[in-house]
Parts: sequence; structure tokens; C-alpha cells
Amino acid sequence: MSQHHHDHDHHHDHAHGHHHGHAHSPPQPDDKVHSYYQILGVALKELLIEKGVVTADEVRAAIEARDMTTPAHGAKVVARAWVDPAFRERLMSDANAAVAELGFPMNTTELVALENTDEVHNVVVCTLCSCYPRELLGLPPSWYKSRAYRARIVREPREVLAEFGTMVPDSMELRVHDSTADLRYLVVPQRPIGAESLSEDELAALVTRDAMIGVATVRR
Amino acid sequence: MRGPNDVGGLEDGPVDPSTHELAFWEKQIDGLRGVIGAKRIVISHENRRTIEQLGHDVYERLSYYERWTASLQRQMVDKGILTQDEIDARVALVRARLAATGELELSPEEEAKCR
Repeated sequence: MSQHHHDHDHHHDHAHGHHHGHAHSPPQPDDKVHSYYQILGVALKELLIEKGVVTADEVRAAIEARDMTTPAHGAKVVARAWVDPAFRERLMSDANAAVAELGFPMNTTELVALENTDEVHNVVVCTLCSCYPRELLGLPPSWYKSRAYRARIVREPREVLAEFGTMVPDSMELRVHDSTADLRYLVVPQRPIGAESLSEDELAALVTRDAMIGVATVRR
Repeated sequence: MRGPNDVGGLEDGPVDPSTHELAFWEKQIDGLRGVIGAKRIVISHENRRTIEQLGHDVYERLSYYERWTASLQRQMVDKGILTQDEIDARVALVRARLAATGELELSPEEEAKCR
């Protein structure tokens, strides 16, 4: 992502070379304001608070709630599905009801759970933007929002998964699911072999964000 | 014709799997957008539409949360919640304030956008 690509045109490279605070550069390590849009963001927030459109408390609460929503939520859902066949069935048939049962309701979107098996591997993208089951996984990682992932995962998914170290043999069906503003996906990875003696909590600790997006598998 | 965000199936280079914590200002925008979405002032479909309407040039030049900020400005003006004049005036004010406290460190290109 940080180096852009051979096949991009001159104009694109030009924009990249000169733009400060670009998407693909890491955040600045100091407290300085480096970008025009940072100033604009502060201006908009101040005006919206003064007009009573939002309150500072509401914004702070939203940030705090977001900070507390981590992939551990999704991991609990997956671990429960592994140990509780009745829950697994509910998750597959009505994911919204099942995750709400565990205390992680989806705000406004429909959720569909996708189960990985010996025959089928599922992977999730939002080609148009960055739609993501934030209630279960927190904020999407940078790469999920990147042009490279969004462009290529629907074009050459096996190659992209290989870049994540996940080899999906040609003998397996690979399904790529494109999210929308209304519909989000949670991949239920395969339970790792040799984890039979682990408790539900221990199993949950093995489940990573990447496994629930489908770019990784769960390892013991 | 494809919109600037409609990249599914295009060619691109390797996916960089590294992640970074959001900067403070990015979290602020995410939180602000969250509240505005929760109040149904601007739903996520509208947010996506205004981001798409930034056009190819701006879309590709801006970072993720820069796009959100640019599109929030557009939404607030389009809905008559804020005027462009008051936004411009406040940007100048915030800029002067940050400059006075030594918190501002803009490159020349960024300086140019403030005008």
C-alpha cells in the first residue's frame, strides 16, 4: 500500500508523491496538526456542537464505545458456535438474533454468518467502501479499506489469501462475499484440530479478527 | 462508467497487511460520523454517496478519514445544517488558534488548501 504500483498512471503517482498525510502513511507520531482536513474536522465538530446537532458527550461516548468494541466480541460468538450446536444452528439461520443473545446486537444492519468447512472457504470484502461488522470486530483494519484488497480479492482471491499466508487449494470452493451498507458478514472459521480439550474461553482466545474476515484460519 | 470507489475486480499491487491505530483526529471524525448516523441525520448510504461524489481526483488523493471529513462538510451544507461561509470562517479561526499554540505544522500544499 505504501508504495503504489507499476500499473498506475502518472497522475495518480503524482498525487501520491506530493500529498501529505495520505491514507497509506502511518499517523503522525506527534500531537501536531498536519493536514487541512484535521482543521476542517475540528471546525465541523465545533459548529455542530454549537448548533446543538450533536453534543460533545455524545461524540465522546461514541468514541469510547468504539474503543471497547474489539474482535473479542466476534471471537465469543465463534467459540460459542463451536461448542454449542444449538447456538451454531441459530447463528446460521438468524445471525442477528444469535449475536444479540450474546449481548452484541447489530445496530441497523443484517448479519449473515458464513461457515468455513473442509469444502468451502469464505472471505469477506466491501469492494465499494468499508462496510464491516463493527459491532463484532471493531473498526476495520487499514488493509480492509485499501484499494488493493478491495480490487483484487474478487479478482484473484487465492493469490490475495496467499499473501496473508492462507493457502486455499484449488480443490476447495472459495466464496468471496461483498458487503453492503445493509448486509454484513461474519466468517465462522473451522475449529482447529487438536483443540478438543480447550474451554470455550480458551477457544475464543484463538479466534483472530483475520480469521473472522476469512483471510486467515484458526490455529492451535 | 465506474465511480472512484468502484474498484472491485480492478488490478492492483500487493495488499499491505500492516495496521495502525487511528490517530486522535481520525477517532474524532469516526465518533462524529457515528453520532450523526445514529441520529439518522445522514445514513450510511448517503455517506457513501457523498464520498463517491468527491470525484476520482479527490477520492484518490485523500486518506480514508479525510474523505469522511470532506463528505461530512458537503452533507452539512447540502442539508442546510451549516453554511459554507460559516465553515470557512471557522476553519480560519481554528487554524489561527492552532498556529498560536504552536500545534500547527502544515506543508505548503496543505497551507494552500486552507485558503
